[in-house]
Amino acid sequence: MSTVVFNRRNLLAVGGSVLTSGVLATGVAGLLLPARAEGFAPTASMSGGANNYRKGAAIVDRIGKGGFWMSGTVRRAGDGTPLAGQRIQIWAHTTEGQEHEPQSHGATLTDKDGVFRLEMPQIIPIFGQPHGHLAYDSGEFKTVFLRPVMRSAKETSLEAHFVLQPA
Amino acid sequence: MRSVRVTLSWAALVVAVGVPMAAAAMSPQLEWRGPVYILAGFAGIVALGLALVQPLLIGGYLPGLSGYRGRRAHHWIGGALGVAVMIHVAGLWITSPPDMIDALLFASPTPFSPFGVIAMWAIFAVALLAVLRRRWELRPRTWRMAHMVFAIIIVAGSVVHSMLVEGTMETVSKAALCALILGATIKAVADLRLWRKRATSREESVVQR
Repeated sequence: MSTVVFNRRNLLAVGGSVLTSGVLATGVAGLLLPARAEGFAPTASMSGGANNYRKGAAIVDRIGKGGFWMSGTVRRAGDGTPLAGQRIQIWAHTTEGQEHEPQSHGATLTDKDGVFRLEMPQIIPIFGQPHGHLAYDSGEFKTVFLRPVMRSAKETSLEAHFVLQPA
Repeated sequence: MRSVRVTLSWAALVVAVGVPMAAAAMSPQLEWRGPVYILAGFAGIVALGLALVQPLLIGGYLPGLSGYRGRRAHHWIGGALGVAVMIHVAGLWITSPPDMIDALLFASPTPFSPFGVIAMWAIFAVALLAVLRRRWELRPRTWRMAHMVFAIIIVAGSVVHSMLVEGTMETVSKAALCALILGATIKAVADLRLWRKRATSREESVVQR
């Protein structure tokens, strides 16, 4: 059972075939619901995740000139239902500005499959680690701050996934 | 012949400290950093370089600076090391206050931060002891033992901190500098034989060599 759940998560995480996997996932979800009821534990905020946060970053098509992709999913704790229309704020130290600077911040909304994807400038190491920051801070669910670290500073994408619990 | 050895010794030190600094000065990362952040980073690199000079001085391995002169230089370089670390911390604090506060409170997500913070406090502790040891009438042996323990903490903490940081330093030259610091520290601690009950005084041990 758990392997099936895992496959579904992986499928959803793949940005390219979002639509197909979404349809597949919905189909599988119906079959697996009883077993998965406790399957999605809420994501805890990461240490340092809220550093240099600027509340209320505007929803943008792209942060700066782009070239780097931040993506991920937003789901509801417990049943793991993808949450559409959720506002995710993203910021990082990039080639176009430091973490605290306004031009380094932006926000985007999840699509109907709970997937978000925002282009931003290349993240570069700050404070000894190449990392990004993401926040869910819209009130309906409990606030979560994430701080994913890139495996290498040369990577041009980064993922972070939210499982939210009601506030 | 002796002058050749002297020249080579000093040249080796200049290369060991200078090459990592030059490599860091050519880092592409600098393009994306502000002046304060760059200064903070280089203060850290300077501190690492001074951490190599310190065991060489106190061990009497640098030609022309053995014995009393070596200890005086060790004393002043120690002060400079403390100042470099303060510039490092202050510059990083200005660059990103919440990240620096997390580091100082041992609440940082970066694994290298606590090593750097522990080394920093050990440096400050040695500086404080060095200033107060006469007033507190510390016995030389007590002072040397305390200093040696702190020195080992400083070296181990600084080396781990530096190696885990992904910054402007180039990996190979950084690793070489760190290896030299470890080697020089182990040799100095072994040569000074501070843990022996009836340790020879430092003057005698210098004469012996």
